[in-house]
Amino acid sequence: MKPFTFIRANEARIAMHATQQNSSGKIIAGGTNLLDLMKLEIETPEQLIDINLLPMKKIEVLPDGALRIGALVRNSDLAYHPIVRKKYVVLSEALLSGASPQLRNMATVGGNLMQRTRCPYFYDTVFPCNKRVPGSGCAAMDGYNRSHAILGTSNQCIATHPSDMCVALSALDAVVRVSGLNGERTIPVVDFHLVPGESPDKETRLEKGEIITSVEIPAVAMGTKSRYLKVRDRASYEFALASAAVVLEMNGGTIQKAKIAFGGIATKPWRASQAEQALKGARLEEAAFQSAAAAALQEAKPRKFNGFKVELAKRTLIRALKITGGVA
Amino acid sequence: MNAIIGKPVGRVDGRLKVTGGARYAADFQRANLAYGYCLQSSITKGRILSIDTQAAEAVPGVLGVLTYKNAPRLKKPEQSETVQDSKVSESNLLPLQDENIYYDGQHVAVVIADTFERARDTANLVKVVYTEEKPVFEIEQAINEAIPAKQSFGRKMQVKRGEPEEAFNGAEKKSDQTYTTTVYHHNPMEPHATIAEWNGEKLTLYDATQWVQGTQKAVAKLLDIPIKNVRVISHFVGGGFGCKGFLWAHPVLAAMAAKKVGRPVKIVLSRQQMFTSNGHRGRTLQQVALGANGEGKLTSVRHLTTTQTSMVEDFAEPCGMSTRLIYASPNLEMAHKLVRLNTGTPCPTRAPGEAPGTYAMEAAMDELAYQLRIDPIQLRLLNYAEVNPHDGKQWSSKNLKECYQRGAEAIGWQERKPEPGLTKEGEFLVGYGMATATYPCNRSPASARVQIFSDGHAVAASCTQDIGTGTYTIMTQIAAEALGLPVEKVEFKLGDSDLPNAPVSGGSQTAASVGSAVQAAALEAKAKIIELAIGDKKSPLSQKTKESIEVENGRLFVKDEPGRGETYAQILARNRVPKIEAECTTKVSTRETEKGEEGEKKQDSEEDKTGGCWAASSDEEIERKPYSFHSFGAQFAKVLVDPMIGKVRVVKFASVMDIGTVLNTKMAENQIRGGIIFGLGMALMEHTVFDPVRGRIVTRDLANYHVPVNADVPPIEVQFINKPDLRVSPIGARGAGEIGITGAVAAIANAVFHATGKRIRELPITPDKLI
Amino acid sequence: MPNVTKVRVNGVTRSIDADPDRPLLGVLRDDLDLIGAKFGCGEGQCGACTVLLAGTPVKSCRLKMSSLADREITTVEGLAHGDALHPVQQAFLDRDALQCGYCTCGMIMCAVALLNENPHPTRDQVVEEMNGNVCRCGAYGRIVDAVLAASNSGKKGKA
Repeated sequence: MKPFTFIRANEARIAMHATQQNSSGKIIAGGTNLLDLMKLEIETPEQLIDINLLPMKKIEVLPDGALRIGALVRNSDLAYHPIVRKKYVVLSEALLSGASPQLRNMATVGGNLMQRTRCPYFYDTVFPCNKRVPGSGCAAMDGYNRSHAILGTSNQCIATHPSDMCVALSALDAVVRVSGLNGERTIPVVDFHLVPGESPDKETRLEKGEIITSVEIPAVAMGTKSRYLKVRDRASYEFALASAAVVLEMNGGTIQKAKIAFGGIATKPWRASQAEQALKGARLEEAAFQSAAAAALQEAKPRKFNGFKVELAKRTLIRALKITGGVA
Repeated sequence: MNAIIGKPVGRVDGRLKVTGGARYAADFQRANLAYGYCLQSSITKGRILSIDTQAAEAVPGVLGVLTYKNAPRLKKPEQSETVQDSKVSESNLLPLQDENIYYDGQHVAVVIADTFERARDTANLVKVVYTEEKPVFEIEQAINEAIPAKQSFGRKMQVKRGEPEEAFNGAEKKSDQTYTTTVYHHNPMEPHATIAEWNGEKLTLYDATQWVQGTQKAVAKLLDIPIKNVRVISHFVGGGFGCKGFLWAHPVLAAMAAKKVGRPVKIVLSRQQMFTSNGHRGRTLQQVALGANGEGKLTSVRHLTTTQTSMVEDFAEPCGMSTRLIYASPNLEMAHKLVRLNTGTPCPTRAPGEAPGTYAMEAAMDELAYQLRIDPIQLRLLNYAEVNPHDGKQWSSKNLKECYQRGAEAIGWQERKPEPGLTKEGEFLVGYGMATATYPCNRSPASARVQIFSDGHAVAASCTQDIGTGTYTIMTQIAAEALGLPVEKVEFKLGDSDLPNAPVSGGSQTAASVGSAVQAAALEAKAKIIELAIGDKKSPLSQKTKESIEVENGRLFVKDEPGRGETYAQILARNRVPKIEAECTTKVSTRETEKGEEGEKKQDSEEDKTGGCWAASSDEEIERKPYSFHSFGAQFAKVLVDPMIGKVRVVKFASVMDIGTVLNTKMAENQIRGGIIFGLGMALMEHTVFDPVRGRIVTRDLANYHVPVNADVPPIEVQFINKPDLRVSPIGARGAGEIGITGAVAAIANAVFHATGKRIRELPITPDKLI
Repeated sequence: MPNVTKVRVNGVTRSIDADPDRPLLGVLRDDLDLIGAKFGCGEGQCGACTVLLAGTPVKSCRLKMSSLADREITTVEGLAHGDALHPVQQAFLDRDALQCGYCTCGMIMCAVALLNENPHPTRDQVVEEMNGNVCRCGAYGRIVDAVLAASNSGKKGKA
C-alpha cells in the first residue's frame, strides 16, 4: 500500500476542499471496497478523507412524501428501515441480497453508489485493464468473461457494475444529491453512472470537489408493487449473474407504468426503457412479459463466456415481473 | 465396563475452540518475530531475466529479500512412490533455486520485514524482468502429449481384467459418455502458515500441517540437516482436506528467511497465493463406457481418465481406483493418462480419485438405469460385488445393501416417479438421485505413548494431527476406555514431532492407525500397573491373576469380588512410582501397494522402539491376508430445480455409511456432512478458471471461487451401520473423513437429471447449463 | 497521522502503538495476543475475523485502526464470564457446531450480535445473518441449530 495522509472531516466543506485540491484525495466512509483497492495499489490516494463524522446518517420523509437517505446511512440500517420494508420492497430486497451482514453493517449508501466493478481483471494488476490503466487494453474481452456485461459495453471495457442497491434505486427514479464548493445539485441515479465508452476510468458524474450528501426516492403511488430478483451460482453472498428490479404502478389489472432495471448484466445499473414501453397498459400476462424481456435485451452484445446472460436476463425479468405482479 | 468408544463425547478441545484459546500455527507469539511475504511470478512460463531487490531492501524496516540468487542451495530429496515417510509436493521445483518459471504464481522472492504489512507492501518494489514462453495450461492444449500415469500411492493406474472392449462391443445395453470435472481448490479456512525459529543448529517450525513428521523429515532432507534438529509443532489445524499433507515451499522459505535475518520469521500465504502454491484437484475428463445385458447385469466396465499435472511433479487424480471394485463385472479396464501443464501442482484433495471418479461412474450407472428403465438402486443391487472383483478377496465387512435400503427410506425414494422431468412442486421440478459411496480403509503403522500418573490422570500421546476431524476426542475416548478411566482424567497430546511416530492425516487413516496404537499403549500401561499391584504384598490385588482384574473409573478390582481393589493413584503412591509409561508401535498396514498385498504385515516401517507390546502383537496376529478393506455407503439427494432460471437447490440429503465402528457419532456425523457439502460444492458451484490467454487463475479468492455458504446447505441426515470391522483392528473403525464426498456429487447430479431430464456431464451444474 | 495508542477491547483500555493504517485484526492478534479473530482472507470474504464494534458485527480485517474512534470492541475472548461460557459458546460446544474451529469464533461473534438484536430469530433469519461466514468443514447445519438453541436457552432457560 502506498503511504497516504489521513484527515477526518468534521464539516462537509473540509471534505470538498480536500478533494478539490488534492487530485488523488479519496473520500472514505465504510471502506469496504476502497481498502481492497488500496491494498492492491489500484487506488493510490495521497490523502484519505474520513467523512464518518458528517451529519449524513438520517433517513427522513420529506414534505412531498419522498424519502431522503443520508449518504452515510449503513446498508443494513436502510434495508431494515420500516418505511423501506413497507413501501420500497425492491430496495430492501436488493440491499439484503448484496454482500454479507457484516459488510452491510459497514457499507454506506454513498459508498455503494461509488463502488467499483468486481471484474477480476480490474483487480489483478498483472492483466491490462483500461479502467485501471487507461489505454492498456482489456483482458476481459478475450478472457474469462462469464461474469461480464452484455449491455452498455464498449470496445474498451465490459466490466459489470456490481451494485444491487443502485439497480433498485434506478428503478425507483431516485436522485443523488451532491454538494460542492459551488453549491448543491441533484443527479438522477439513472444518469449518475456512466457507460465506459472511450473512458472506462470515468465511472460517475460526480465532479472533483463534490461529495454525495443524500439519495432521495420519490414517493410511490398507491398500489405500487416492487420486487428484486437476483440469480447467482450459490444461494447467497455473491454478485449477480443477472438481477432485475421491477416497480409496477397498477391500475386494476393493468400496468399503468412499469419501471425496470437490470443488475449483473450491464456496465452500469441498467434501466430497461424498451421493456417499460412494452409493458405500458399491458395486463399481467406471460406474453406481455416475454415481449418486454425480448425488448430489453435487443441490444445485448455477448462475448464468449457470457452468452447465456441474454436468455438468463430475459427469464430473470419474466420471473421478477410475475413475482411483482403476484402471478408467479 | 467403561463403554466410552461410540459415545457422543463432546469435543475435548471444543472449549478452547469456542473461546479463542486454540492456538493455530500463525497464532504463536515469538519474541522478535519478523514477517515474510512471498512474491510470486506473474508469467506462466519462462525465465527470470533479472531481479532487482535494491529498492525493497532500502525500505526502513525491511530486513532482507530472498531470491534464487542468494537463497541457500537445497538438497533434492529421494522419494518413494508409496509416500511412507515424507513427501515434497514439487520434487522438481525446490523453492528459489534457479530462474526457471513453470507456472504463474510460483514463488520468486521472499521479502522479510518487521511487520506483515511492510513485508507485503514492499514486495511490490522487487522488480522482476522475465522472458516469456508460450505456456500450456488446459488439458486440451497438450492432449497429444498425454502420458500413461504411473502410480497412485504405489497402486497401478492401468488395470485390465477379461476382455472389456469385446464385451462392450457385444453388450445389449450400453452407455458411453465422457464426464468432466473442473479444477477445484481445497480452500481450508486457515491459510497455510509457518513460523520458523532457529536456535543454533536446531530449527522449530510452527506449521499448519496434516503431517507433522512428514514436514519434519522433508524439511530436514531439503536443508540437509539431521532430522532430530527439526521440531515441528502443529496443535491445531484450521482444515486441510489434503492440501496440508505434502510439503509445499513456504515452510522451507520460512526456515531460510529466519536463518538469513537471524530472527524467527512467520510466513502466512494469502488466499490468492493458496490458489497456486498449495495444490488443487486436477481437472478430469473421464470416459465411462458401461456394457450390460438386457436385465442390467454389467458385462463390461471401462473407465478412462485424462487428467493434469504440473511440469514439476507427476500427480494423477486416480479416478478409476474405486471403479475396479465397486461392482461385479467380469470385464474391466481402468486407465489414467496424464497431461503436464504450466499450472501449480495438483495434490490429494478429499477422496483423491474417488470423489470425481464416483461422480463419473455413478452418473454412468444412472444413465444405464434410465436406459434399462429400472430403478437405479435395483441396477446397483443387480451388480452387487459380493467379493472384491479386483483381487477376488472377501470384504473384511460390507453392509451396503442395508445402506441402500435405509437411505431410500430416509430420502423418501418411494415418492420418486421413475420418469424424469415430470414431477413438480409449484414452479419447481423435483428430482431424486442416488449413488454408491466407497473409500478404502487405510491403516498404517503408528506409535503411541501412554502415561498414568500417581494422581490418577493419564496422558496419551502420538504425533498425529487434528485437522477438525476430532482426533483429540476419539483418541481420548480410546485411551480412556482401555485404561478404565473417565475421559476427564485423560489428556491426549498430538501435533509435536517429538511425540511417537504417526502417519499423515490423510486417506481417512487416523482412527484405524493411531487409534490402534493408542489402544495398545493404554492396554500395555494398564497391564504394567496390574502387574505392579499383583506383585505388591500391600495391595488388595496381591497374588491375583492378571485375567481376574478389571479397571473401572480408575479403580482396579477383582472381577468376581468387586469390593476387592484399589485405584491407580493408590498403587502408584504407595510404591512411590510417579508414573507408569508404555509406548507401543502397531505395524499393521491395510494399504494396497504393488509390492505388498493388503493385510500383509509391514516390515519396512520405522524401527520398533518398544517391541514386545502384547496388545500390538495380538493385533498383528489377526488374519488379514484373505480380506479386502473398504468402506461403503449410499448417498441420496432430493433437489428442486427452478427451470426458468436454472437454479438447483438441494433440499434434502440422506447418507447411510458403513464405516465399521463409529467412535463418536457427533464427530463422525460432522465428517460425513462436511464431505457431502464438499460434494455439493463440486456438483453445483466450485470452479477454478484459468485465463484463456495467459493461463493465470482468475477465480482466486473466496468471492470468485464459490464454496457453499449456509444458505446452500440442506438438512443432511446421516446414519451409520456401526458394525465393528474387527479384521481392521480390535476397535473396528475404518475412518470417516473422505467417504462422505464419494457418491455425493453423483447423487446430486443424478437428481438434477431426474428433475429436469437434462444430463449435464460437465461440472459444476450452474444456472447457465440448465436454461 | 500519529500512531494509535489506545484501543478499547472487551471493556478494557489497552495501550498500543499502532500505525493508523493497520487493520484492527492485525493489532488484536499480533499486538494484544487476542487470537480468536482469525485471518482467513484479509478481504472481508470469509468472516473468520468477525468482532463486534459497538455491538455490531464487522470484519476486523476491513477496519483501520484510525477509524475506531474509541468505540468499544468485543472479541470472542470477552464473551465468557470466568468459567461460564456465553450461551452461544456453550451451544456451539454442546452441539459440536464446529470441526477445525477456524471459523468458529467469527461465527460465534456474528451469532451473539444476531441474538442481541433479535432474541428469537427464525431458522431462515439465522441462515441469512450467518451467510457472511464461511465454514469449509461444513458445520453449517449444527451452527444454525446452536444459534437457535442459544436463543431459546438465553430467554426460556432450556437448551
